[in-house]
Amino acid sequence: MTILEFILWSLLKVVVVTVVMLMGIAYTVLLERKLVGRIQNRWGPNRVGPFGLLQPLVDGAKSFLKEDLIPANVYKPLYLLAPILALGCALISISVIPFGEPKAGPHGVDLFEIADVNIGLLVILGITSMGVYGIALAGWSSNNKFSLLGSLRASAQLVSYELALGLSLVGVVLRAGSLNLRVIVEQQATLGIASWNIFGGFQFLAFFIYLIAAFAETNRSPFDLVEAESELAGGYNIEYSSMKFAMFFMAEYGNMINVGCVATLLFLGGWTSPLGNLMPPFENAFLNAGLSLFWFVLKVFCFLCLYVWVRGTLPRFRYDQLMNFGWRILMPLAILNIVATSLWLAYR
Amino acid sequence: MHLILFVIFAVFCLAGAVNLLLQTHPINSALSLIVVMISLAVLYLLLGAEFLAAAQVIVYSGAIMVLFTFVVMLLNAGREERTLGSRAARLIGFPAVVAIFAVLATVILHIEGLGSVGPGSPITTTEDLSRVLFHELLLPFEVTSVLILIAILGAVALAQKGNGDHDTHKERTEAK
Repeated sequence: MTILEFILWSLLKVVVVTVVMLMGIAYTVLLERKLVGRIQNRWGPNRVGPFGLLQPLVDGAKSFLKEDLIPANVYKPLYLLAPILALGCALISISVIPFGEPKAGPHGVDLFEIADVNIGLLVILGITSMGVYGIALAGWSSNNKFSLLGSLRASAQLVSYELALGLSLVGVVLRAGSLNLRVIVEQQATLGIASWNIFGGFQFLAFFIYLIAAFAETNRSPFDLVEAESELAGGYNIEYSSMKFAMFFMAEYGNMINVGCVATLLFLGGWTSPLGNLMPPFENAFLNAGLSLFWFVLKVFCFLCLYVWVRGTLPRFRYDQLMNFGWRILMPLAILNIVATSLWLAYR
Repeated sequence: MHLILFVIFAVFCLAGAVNLLLQTHPINSALSLIVVMISLAVLYLLLGAEFLAAAQVIVYSGAIMVLFTFVVMLLNAGREERTLGSRAARLIGFPAVVAIFAVLATVILHIEGLGSVGPGSPITTTEDLSRVLFHELLLPFEVTSVLILIAILGAVALAQKGNGDHDTHKERTEAK
């Protein structure tokens, strides 16, 4: 493959993946509103288009058309930078996530991944850890006490839970012996569902630690103290309006999708079917590629539904409970999981 | 290609460092430091040290600098006041910096057997790195970890002591 072909393929992949991701974010919002509506015994949006399917597009248009207000006493450079940082970090992670079988395109092009990186998992962790600046700077530059409280909470919460999150992934990395996401997935494909890390890999403890820490990392209920409408009136994004507010909103849902993708790759076998390599691939290469994409999207979709289900069910944590839980329960459990996995791998 | 990227990010890195010194507002300085950290990570990556690059971003810009900004926000530190600096600092400071820099440079340039690395070097995988770290350099590695453990214990002890004093003070006032 020549340099020119490489650049053209990469550009194409970037454009397509970004558009799909943005649509995914828009429809995750709709999914949440619909599901939470059903949980609370009401219909949710159902007026715009069939089943309310056009609602996200109309909402998007509305945010564009609203007046973009910049309060007088904000610190302007950072106030403008913050939403870009937040949304940027949320969108970049997808670039190292493989969402279908390798070499599916013509001439062996990796159609289903923008960049295959040796240290893909670390790249994702790095980008996620940068995402906190969007929220922290938004709250600080707004010059509003509620915003500031929100972003202080965000910084403390994200640093605390990132530790548990990172440690919970070590077990998976130990088992695969690699930080490359493709290698981690292919290692889970051997026996299908029986070799997925959550079942056959005995990483269910790690999975639940990751799940809980990820809820905290994305500031989702029951860990949404950063926004906490009842105490902070919206938290870090009070002073934002129009598209800037929408960018924070999109960043939150983008992060949800990223977390779902990572959980799928690391614990649920990625794009492989529940039968894995037990079922021989079909003759038709097109069908194989489509099926791998289907399984990946299905798993991420289930994960997003879980997110919404939890949001509709659990009340918010108190701040001291949040910190105690992260440092005194999740982190020791994650370390225990590393020790147990290492011993198992050494003496099996 | 590697060289172009190297120049771009080296410029970023230096610009960030200079900006860090020139800015009067602590949060701008902290953000400049983040730019320096990330540019350094890219430079590591260009030299083939991919794990080091990722660790740099995750640990320094992702965790330590978040704590920096956290403290700046918590204390709500304002603009620092510009002073011209003391005469002693100018008289002794600048020659001292030049002297230290010269000594370090000569020492580093005279060490032999450091190996060489340049833009576009082959990538050192995480596996290679961990082999060196946990086989050849195991003892220094463990000693460093003990050192960090001692530092953590010290920090906890200091925090505990503050609490204890507060409690005894409270008891005393209650006894009165």
